[in-house]
Amino acid sequence: MQITLHLNGATHDLDLDPRTTLLDALRHHLGMTGTKKGCDHGQCGACTVLMGGRRINACLTLACMAQDAQITTIEGLGSPERLSPLQQQFLDHDGFQCGYCTPGQICSATAMLEEMEAGWPSHASENLDGPFELSHAEIAERMSGNLCRCAAYANIVAAIQQAAGTTDHREDAA
Amino acid sequence: MTRHLRVDGPTHDDRLDHMAQGILGQPLNRLEGPLKVTGWAAYAAEARPANMVYGVLVQATVPAGKVLEIGDAPGALAVIQDKRMVRYAAQGMDQKGPTSGPDQIEYMGQAIALVVAESFEAARHAAQNIAVRYKVSSVPVEPEAVTPELPPKKQSAAGDVDKAMREAAVTLDQVWHTPSQMSAAMEPHAAIAEWDGDQVTIRAALQMLSSNRKQMADALGIKEQNLRLLSPYVGGGFGSKLGINAEAVSAAIAAKELGRPVMVAMTRQQVFDLAHRRSETRQRIRLACDADGRLTGIGHEVLVSNLPSSEFTEPVAQATPFTYQAAHRQVVHAVARIHRGCAGSVRAPGEAVGVTVFECAMDELAEAAGIDPVELRLRNIPDVEPTTDRPFSSHKLAEALREGARLFGWSNRKPTGQQVEGEWMIGMGMAAAVRVNMLVESRARVTLTQDGQAVVETDMTDIGTGTYTILGQLAAEMLGLPIEQVEVRLGDTNFPPASGSGGSFGAASSGNSVYLACEEIRGQIAKAMDCDEADLTLQDGMARAGNVARLLSDLIDGQISGEGHLQPGKTEKSHRQATWGSHWAEVAVNRWTGEVRVRRMMGVFACGRVLNEKTARSQCLGGMTFGIGIALTEAMEHDSRDGHAVSRDLAEYHIPTHADVPPLEVHFLPERDAYVGPLQAKGLGELGICGAGAAVLNAIHNACGVRVRHLPATPDKIVAGLKD
Amino acid sequence: MREFTYHRAASIADLSPDATIIAGGTNLLDLMKLEVMAPPALVDITHLDLGGVEPEGEGLRIGALVRNSDLAAHPVIRRDYPVLSRALLAGASGQLRNMATTGGNLMQRTRCPYFYDRRMACNKRDPGAGCAAIGGVTRNHAILGASDHCIATYPGDMAVALMALDAVVEIDGPTPRRVPLADFHLLPGDTPHLETVLEPGEIITAVILPAPPGGQHRYRKVRDRASYAFALVSVAAVIATDGGRISHAALAFGGVATKPWRDPEVEALLKGSEPSDALFREAADILLRPARDWGENQFKIPLLRRALIATLRDATGMETAA
Repeated sequence: MQITLHLNGATHDLDLDPRTTLLDALRHHLGMTGTKKGCDHGQCGACTVLMGGRRINACLTLACMAQDAQITTIEGLGSPERLSPLQQQFLDHDGFQCGYCTPGQICSATAMLEEMEAGWPSHASENLDGPFELSHAEIAERMSGNLCRCAAYANIVAAIQQAAGTTDHREDAA
Repeated sequence: MTRHLRVDGPTHDDRLDHMAQGILGQPLNRLEGPLKVTGWAAYAAEARPANMVYGVLVQATVPAGKVLEIGDAPGALAVIQDKRMVRYAAQGMDQKGPTSGPDQIEYMGQAIALVVAESFEAARHAAQNIAVRYKVSSVPVEPEAVTPELPPKKQSAAGDVDKAMREAAVTLDQVWHTPSQMSAAMEPHAAIAEWDGDQVTIRAALQMLSSNRKQMADALGIKEQNLRLLSPYVGGGFGSKLGINAEAVSAAIAAKELGRPVMVAMTRQQVFDLAHRRSETRQRIRLACDADGRLTGIGHEVLVSNLPSSEFTEPVAQATPFTYQAAHRQVVHAVARIHRGCAGSVRAPGEAVGVTVFECAMDELAEAAGIDPVELRLRNIPDVEPTTDRPFSSHKLAEALREGARLFGWSNRKPTGQQVEGEWMIGMGMAAAVRVNMLVESRARVTLTQDGQAVVETDMTDIGTGTYTILGQLAAEMLGLPIEQVEVRLGDTNFPPASGSGGSFGAASSGNSVYLACEEIRGQIAKAMDCDEADLTLQDGMARAGNVARLLSDLIDGQISGEGHLQPGKTEKSHRQATWGSHWAEVAVNRWTGEVRVRRMMGVFACGRVLNEKTARSQCLGGMTFGIGIALTEAMEHDSRDGHAVSRDLAEYHIPTHADVPPLEVHFLPERDAYVGPLQAKGLGELGICGAGAAVLNAIHNACGVRVRHLPATPDKIVAGLKD
Repeated sequence: MREFTYHRAASIADLSPDATIIAGGTNLLDLMKLEVMAPPALVDITHLDLGGVEPEGEGLRIGALVRNSDLAAHPVIRRDYPVLSRALLAGASGQLRNMATTGGNLMQRTRCPYFYDRRMACNKRDPGAGCAAIGGVTRNHAILGASDHCIATYPGDMAVALMALDAVVEIDGPTPRRVPLADFHLLPGDTPHLETVLEPGEIITAVILPAPPGGQHRYRKVRDRASYAFALVSVAAVIATDGGRISHAALAFGGVATKPWRDPEVEALLKGSEPSDALFREAADILLRPARDWGENQFKIPLLRRALIATLRDATGMETAA
């Protein structure tokens, strides 16, 4: 079926099997392999992208359902020459090792900081109405949908804390 | 020119400490980091050759037997059945392909065919629904249900442990169980194969390209020179990508048959079925000591399992013979031949579960003897390797214990069950860390051009270990160049064959080969400078010797290149080589629900020279977190009726999440090990896991008095030991 | 995944009994990839006007398409129904909560690994085939509400809190109706493939919450790791005390039963009584009277007992959890 995806500010027209997930549309059909497939069942977070500004698992989203939505992938957040503040902090804090979960971690962290700014509580929040501090416990809980087997966790939390100091988390190509 | 070195003797000259560039060991950011944080680094399944089609593996749905007939696959281009397809993965460093012939089924989930289609969706559906007729055999799947083998070479004894146990002031005799565990690297195994005539290029997720090439050539029945493997980025390995596996072999076969590039990526469930598991273990430990806590007897009896046709057996007691002193000692290593998925190396094979359990036993003995656990270990450190009397290449356990106790605040530890905060009981635990060290033959080529650019080439891999960065730093240090002027190219069998990444030997082995290649280049520069290489100083593109200083560009005509070739030698046998450390943990145990939260964790490690403080620390973080997983969350369950893996996805197999891991603290002890090559560096990728789980488990006991001997310590196990 | 037709619904009238509804898709696509579910037709309802959290009487009407993350963060839910926020936040991950919807979450299916594995016999997937879980790995199976045909656990969190809040499910279809959540999920009995009262052609349009119950709200979830894991045991509690006696007690349990579990006898015992350990132990005795284990899940009996007692102590001020 014909599907139009709005991706990182560009529009792509695709002819896809309805079974195609947003993740496979990116990886198999658009050659945008920055978004990773780690489990294909919403159990690892490697495929995290932003849809309408919110973090989601691209593996559990049909491409046809993503039609009309604004999608941002890791490629839309920055480039090697122009890293987003979070990307820079991940680099400086060694917030990754093998790098496979990393795009998902960074997309997730980008949206997670916005969720915190919007005043969303988490399982780790003592009080549902805040205040929500950028504590290790808060960030770790909010990032727990992104597994990292190399276990750069401690460094990822530090990177996010550092990046949160900057106001704009995106170097948005959109 | 190639510079060879066989490590037959010590390197006491710390010349790398006196180089001028001052870059080695520095906490530089990863060289490939910008590509990884932007999604630009392309992993195995991420090339897009024109005309590529998709393959999905078909798996056996019976535990053992024979495939009689495989039906059609509507919507598919082909169903590939080929006797060259492999039944399970090669073991690390195998020189031949693994057992082939997929028609013979050895375990439930074994790959038996490949379905190829124009789209991934069509291939997956066809593979899921293909009809297969089997002749089913009945086979044992439970390790306790068979009479185990006792391989003669794996048993050892000295003195009489029974007697030591009878005569000791204090004894311990307990049995532990650890479940099957999985590497669970984030990147599922994947390959893209493409033929050009009789030449095949396979882009795959592999840790050890030089042996993988031999395995693959053997499996496919082709010449090695007709095969190129590419693994520039590997999304984690932890042992699971040491040897070639079904996806890469079948991709190559299918690509040849169809005349088109074929991609095969395992599903996550297939990774659980087809990648090596760490064998479950049963470990009986007997310890005997005198009233002062001096060990007189050590017994370590191990039961592990594997398929009847696989040689690998988890070397659980590998560190037991040399960690602590005792006159009477015995290691029993039993292997149950059963039909669960193939067992193989998972990060720190042996010590990951062996040291963890042994260090729990030491904690129990300390309690029984009324001696502080740190002190008990300090009293039992041998001067030379027990049983062989070989010297240690270096030995930092005592220092790691003392320094760790000081840094962690061990003296604040309360007696068992004495620290309570609300519902939570708090406790501290510790353990020794030990892992065998080894070198593996490795080659690298370094080329220096007139404009001061150095290129390092080797088929070494970077599986997240930091190889790109440390090899770049080494070359920059040796050649006196800013890091920006060094390029490191890895993961391509067109480059000189390296050790590969495994067994913690990658950094030291490949690092030494780069060192040697650079030494060769330095020799050529020294010749041009008319000085001894030892008198040559290279810094920021300048060469200096005595009063003479010249630009490198003036000394090089075009480019110069050198190869380094490292081989392990006599020091492998003359000295017991190991890395040492200590683990420390503070946990909170919920007194109602038995949930455990690690609140604080610290490791002190000695691994010889640290090549990059930042990436080295990250290696330790990873290992310690694996330790948390072993202690608290990870268990791969098998069905007792057919042996199939029941926990076969990342929702059922619980690797630690962000929330399970507190801020971790890592300290390195300064060390130069003279017996491991001129780099004086040892392995670090696995030390962090060895014993880490024991620190957590021992802390649980200190918190609430419960000893968990069936790992992991999930709430059910804790609650079973808690009072109402 | 089997081939299907995809249709984006423009109105509720577009729904047909032959098409399977997809909204968040987090569980449906998960199961479709394994062909555990293989609907021939999908109808996407995410563009229907089924969102919003609005007052209804003294309570609230939560649209079926309200995402879990929005519901957890909604100011009125946080203030008046905090047990619901807590339960939502204890479930899944930030990403999944952004996708999962209120209606879809009620339809979440079991995590039983034998249900998920087409090689294994499963009465839920294939009525009459048998249950491979019985005699297999049963560590996370149900101790309450199971039958010889199915021992699979209801895995969710949100519905457990909604049970303790006396929520009602609003259903549209040929005959629009409202069903108390307590009656929405079915016990397996000998028809484990029938999981809810929802008929083909019907759709959940909203969840109705009655007036805020007040009191102390707790959601305690015990799991195998600190986050991103299904419950071994969970307890949703809404407890009010008045003059030293319990004046309101609503308790629901997750991870232990074949449906979100509630036991009126337990609540009847607590109401009007003074909080004490003896009382709480008696409450646990009543709750666990019908419990039956399948070997590996025996631990859930003491674990549920302990989790209930701890939650009651916490909610009645006998002990603070932190």
